[in-house]
Order: sequence, then C-alpha cells, then structure tokens
Amino acid sequence: MSSAPQRLSPFTAGLAQIGACGIFLLQILRAVPGSLRYLRETVRQVYFVGAMSLVIIMTCGLFVGAVLGLQLYDVLSRFGSAAMSGTVVALALYRELGPVVTSLLFAGRAGTSITAEVGLMRATDQLDAMEMMAVDPLAYVIAPRFLAGVLAMPLLACIFNALAILGAHVVAVSWLGLDNGTFWSNMTASVDVWTDVINGVWKSFAFGAVVTLIATFQGYTTPPTSEGVAYATTRTVVFSSIATLAIDFVMTAFLM
Amino acid sequence: MAQRQSFQIGTGLFILLGFLALAYLATQTTSLANYRQGDSYALKARFTNIGQLKLRAPVKVAGVRVGSVSDIKLETDKLDALVTLSIDKRYDQIPDDSAAAVFTSGLLGDQYVALQPGGSPDMFKNGDEIVLTQSSMQLEELIGKYLVGGDAGKGGDKQAPKSDAPPADKPAGDKSGK
Repeated sequence: MSSAPQRLSPFTAGLAQIGACGIFLLQILRAVPGSLRYLRETVRQVYFVGAMSLVIIMTCGLFVGAVLGLQLYDVLSRFGSAAMSGTVVALALYRELGPVVTSLLFAGRAGTSITAEVGLMRATDQLDAMEMMAVDPLAYVIAPRFLAGVLAMPLLACIFNALAILGAHVVAVSWLGLDNGTFWSNMTASVDVWTDVINGVWKSFAFGAVVTLIATFQGYTTPPTSEGVAYATTRTVVFSSIATLAIDFVMTAFLM
Repeated sequence: MAQRQSFQIGTGLFILLGFLALAYLATQTTSLANYRQGDSYALKARFTNIGQLKLRAPVKVAGVRVGSVSDIKLETDKLDALVTLSIDKRYDQIPDDSAAAVFTSGLLGDQYVALQPGGSPDMFKNGDEIVLTQSSMQLEELIGKYLVGGDAGKGGDKQAPKSDAPPADKPAGDKSGK
C-alpha cells in the first residue's frame, strides 16, 4: 500500500486513497456485527470520543451562539428587524453551524486522537499481534471507534446547539435588551422540527461517519514510523474538514 | 472494575445529556412549542380569499394568541375557503357577533386570523360559524384597485359628457311615449 502509490501521479494517488477508503468503509461495516461482542469497548469509545469532547463542544457552542447573537442583533437592527435575531440564530445553528462546527471540532479533538492511537497500534505492531491471536482488529479496534463516532456526533451537535441558543439568549436578551418573549416567540414561530432540527441531526450522523472513517483509515494505513503517524494525524484533520464541508454542501442541496 | 464503571456512568450521562439537548431543541425552540394545546373548541369561518394563511397559523384577539388554524378546506359549492379555528377553552367569552379577518403581521410577515370582538351577550360555542369575515388583503389587488379605480374614474368622467345626454333623453322619450 505504501510503496505502490508513490509511483502514481498525485491525482491517481488521491483517487487510489479514496478507493481504499471506500473499501475500508465496507470492511468496517462487515466487521460491525462481530464488534457487538466487544460492546464494552464501544461504550468506552463513546466515553472517550463523546463525553471527553463535551468541554470543548460546550465552550465553543456558548461562544458561537454569543457571537451570532451579537452580530445578528447588530446587523438585523440596521433593517429594523432585530426581533428576528433569535430566529436567525436558531435557523443558522440547526441547519448549518451546529453540525459543521461540531464536526470540525470533533475532527480536531477526537479524530486526531483516534488516528494517533490506531497509528501507534500499527507502528508498534499491536494490530498484527491481534491478528496473530485471531482477534480481528477491525472488529475490536476500528468498528467500536467508528460506531462511537457515529453515535456521539449527533448528540454533541445537539448539545452544541442548545448551548449556542443559550449563549445567543444571554447576549441578545440579557445584554442587548431584546425582549425575552420576542426572542422565543419569533423562534418558535419560524423554526420547524423536521426541516430544521432533524435535518441537522441527519447531517451530523453523516459527518460523524465520515470523520471517524477518515480518522480510523488514516490510523490503520499509516506508515509504521513516528513521522508516518504525525502525517496521518495531520491528514485526518485536513481531509475531515474538507470532507465535512463538501458533504455539507451536497447534503444541504438534497435536504432542502 | 471501578474504572470501567466510571466509563459507563460517564457514557450514560453523555448520552442522556445529548438526548435532553435534542428534546429541548425539538420541543422548546420550534413550532412544536406552539403546538401543545389543552382543551379547545372549534369555530368555522368562510373567507373568499385566505391569501397565504397556513395550517397552525395563530388566531389572535387584540393581538393575543388564543388558538390556531386547525383546518383549511375549499367549499366546493360556493368556492369559498372554509377555515376551522381551534380556540383555547380558556377563551370561551368571545361574543357570537365577532368578526374574523385574515391579517398579515408586519408588512411581509406571516398571516394570522384576527378576531374582532362584537357586542353580543351570547358567546361562541363549539362548532359555531363566524358570519362576519374579512378576506386577506392582497397587495396586488389593492394596487390593482387603486390603478383601475383611478382610471375608471377618469374614463367615467370623459365618457360622462358624451353618454350622459342620450341615456337621459331616451328614458325621457320612453316615458313620454308611454
């Protein structure tokens, strides 16, 4: 894997990477039933990937909401519609910012740690050792992390959204003096559960799958050197971010 | 073992928190928050034009929300829109000569049904029909009325001197003939 693509042109090499990633996804999905035996491992990964990301997600959510409230109140009051700032904050968060920012933060917080962990397992021959012991590393190491990422991302995005609404409320209502009832009633009048909230949840499911897929793939196929692990971690962040934003565009076009 | 337990507790807390956040977002910040309705009673109203009135649009008295639009149908015989309003049971003191009108909140906002209270001593009951209704104001219609009305007035003025005399003569002639 590491020797052959080096002779290919960058374009073909990139294509080969995408292809290998797709095959890897199928391998993970095939390993998922086997990984149910290691349910405890999945729970442990949900803890590492999800619960440990709570601090960064909640803090960033609060600040993103606060800055949205501040900016939108200022901009919308130029058009005499500052009353709509609650609505715009909620729509922007649920439809776009919540899933996307959570995914970017998740790639930085959890994706890198997955890549580094799996990459070091590869570099220190732990994955090979598992195979020797007839333990499928895809079922024991990769699939639990993948499942944990897919499960944790929507929950993290919801927590991010809730905290961001709180942040926007604090700024717009408590600080800038927007009426509390106006803030909530305009929001509840224009935000829909299915087209806004649930579509955002679908998005974050997809982001969770893509980010963890890229993270585990980069870790699993890393060259077994310290430099290789370093590059793999960097690639995880870069590719995850690009994939998140690209898929976001495509999904938005379909979910509209 | 203790460590494994703490993992599980942490994971459980995280999942609980996530679903709580989802439930909060879904029920408190969306239109579902307006959807919870206690006991209500239904009123019907016919409009010749409801404009952009939608299902679940608010029904307001003096600007205060008292219910919502629960059904919109086309009456096939009269080609009127039959709108069913579901009014909160708490507001059962609406006189039965009150008028319903489709208004727009703000210049370009959503449309809602406004009830203008009348003075009758009897109150609306479940299933009653609001007789006095006022259709939605269509901006295009208003502009059209203004333009056409202005033109018609001018046209009428121009025609009046020409056509005024013969009709005035004819009836007179008829009458004299009889």
